[in-house]
Amino acid sequence: MPLKLNQSEFVVERDLNKCISCEVCVRQCSNDVHEFDADDKTVLSECSKCIGCHRCESLCPTEAITIRKKEAEFKENSNWQPAHIKNIYRQADSGGVLLTGMGSDKPHTVYWDHILFNAAQVTNPSIDPLREPMEIKTFIGAKPESLEIEKIGDEFKLKTKLGPHLELSTPILISAMSYGSISLNACKSLASAAEAFGTFYNTGEGGMHKELARYAKNTIVQVASGRFGVDRQYLRSAAAVEIKIGQGAKPGIGGHLPGEKVTADISGTRMIPQGSDAISPAPHHDIYSIEDLAQLIFAIKEATDYLKPVGVKVSAVHNIAPIASGIVRAGADFVSIDGFRGGTGAAPQAIRDNVGIPIELALAAVDTRLREEGIRHKAAIIVAGSMRSSSDIIKAIALGADAVYIATAALIALGCHLCQKCYTGKCNWGIATQDPYLTKRLNPSIGTRKLSGLLRAWSLEIKEMLGGAGINAIESLRGNKEHLRGINLSETELSILGIKHAGQAW
Amino acid sequence: MKRIFIDEQYCIGCRLCEIYCQVKHSKSKKILKAFREGQPDVMSRVLVEEIGSNSFAIQCRHCKDAPCVGACISGAMTKNENTGVVICDEEKCVGCWSCIMVCPYGVIKRDLKASKVASKCDLCSDEEEPVCVKNCPNEALKIIDTDKNIGGEYGEK
Repeated sequence: MPLKLNQSEFVVERDLNKCISCEVCVRQCSNDVHEFDADDKTVLSECSKCIGCHRCESLCPTEAITIRKKEAEFKENSNWQPAHIKNIYRQADSGGVLLTGMGSDKPHTVYWDHILFNAAQVTNPSIDPLREPMEIKTFIGAKPESLEIEKIGDEFKLKTKLGPHLELSTPILISAMSYGSISLNACKSLASAAEAFGTFYNTGEGGMHKELARYAKNTIVQVASGRFGVDRQYLRSAAAVEIKIGQGAKPGIGGHLPGEKVTADISGTRMIPQGSDAISPAPHHDIYSIEDLAQLIFAIKEATDYLKPVGVKVSAVHNIAPIASGIVRAGADFVSIDGFRGGTGAAPQAIRDNVGIPIELALAAVDTRLREEGIRHKAAIIVAGSMRSSSDIIKAIALGADAVYIATAALIALGCHLCQKCYTGKCNWGIATQDPYLTKRLNPSIGTRKLSGLLRAWSLEIKEMLGGAGINAIESLRGNKEHLRGINLSETELSILGIKHAGQAW
Repeated sequence: MKRIFIDEQYCIGCRLCEIYCQVKHSKSKKILKAFREGQPDVMSRVLVEEIGSNSFAIQCRHCKDAPCVGACISGAMTKNENTGVVICDEEKCVGCWSCIMVCPYGVIKRDLKASKVASKCDLCSDEEEPVCVKNCPNEALKIIDTDKNIGGEYGEK
């Protein structure tokens, strides 16, 4: 046996009094952790292969399995943490870049947890959303400078011509995840939940599969640096188009879908030869300035007859405020900003955990900058990068966002257990895989039901919190930073966020 | 008539249907007791067929003109006229296995443990929903009333 420097990450505990050797765990594990011993009629587990996805634990009919973290007890060292040591062992073995999946798991400050939301007391009444109407409908697109209204007979009509926009029943959209990075069943679940709930999902950069064409009116299509699956039909069939410049988990980095994952179906959808690597270059090779971006925005607007909002997605980086300003001035109808805690199917760990800035600061900086320049109305802001709950969303809206994108939360609703092994293609939950044995584990009708349930629950909670604050329409909360207070934050952080500290009155 | 339908697209081959079927038809009806010492006291009446990534669970189809009823020499196999459920009365069954030979789906099995009777799906008639359907984690098994689905996907054709 070769010397192994890294020990198992998890321990599979099997209660032999409860195990009935039914082999469900054996059949469900794509990492071959469990094995049936026909001689002894028992199931054995090889802990070193366990990635902690909890599939076996979830399906065990007798609750005989418990997956626990196995913590190698290194000599205590505040500087050389176990994660550093283990990563060095891994890299000394592989000689390669450390890959990972999903969003950063490092304990960076989550500003949502340092922001508190307001409620109405005495001087303004709170509203009961169960008894009174509560409006959370949201529009994504450019808004006019002013509204002109004309009277025709007895009726008042809007004279100002509004630009193209999306109408959402709730300020939540489902963020970009490509077919290829996730399974078709996962895409179907997202698309159909978006349709059922009156919101939108985003195809990501992988093109639109023919079976997803029926959800086109609830689809935002992406045009990324690889231009996969982009043609006139693709652009024109969708509700909106998003140009992807960057992704929160890996700013400045492109993508690479290995050739073995480019099956016949994916090759057709991405419009590339079967078995060839799908490489998304780090930059768009035709965009080296805001002027170049403006050309692409207007090329897409021309192609879609100016009927659809065209947005630009960027990751939250240090210069995000001027970048967003440039994007709005380049003609984008919405700007999507992906914070550094955002997820991914595969990213170098060093980039994921260290590059970019938190979405809270990026959002506040962009909103403030666009207001100062008097162009905030020219584009909607959609923020992404780890919206974990309805309270994160309501705080984002009060910080200035028009709507939020959810992706990790949506996948968790479909069963994801955040094991961060998306890049291996062996997702036991049938999400981040193309293996037909695994993809069928995600029944889209269940997925749709679960994700619709989450959207409904969060929308109800948003209404509850709005009502508690005495607000009956989400438009009145947008950018209303007086409803937020910081806690345990420095002067600099408060000033960037544009909020007061808890305890400071209006 | 209520029938179990299979959506093989979403059968994940976990075989939980088989396990819960065994528990349901065991003496104790308790999973741990039924499987004590690693051997269940009854066999499953639903069977998961599997080749590569394709799998599906199949149990008695409760045929309209059930050949097993006609072939039964002891009158153990009967079809309930109201519910359409084909049931094998294990008291009457003599274990000649003629039913097994004529079954076009191969879903009747020899139960060697229970004194050589034929064992088959009884549609869990005493339950609200058959246990295989109830416990399928991916909803690949469905119980549908075909009378209420006439002309539809699951209706009598």
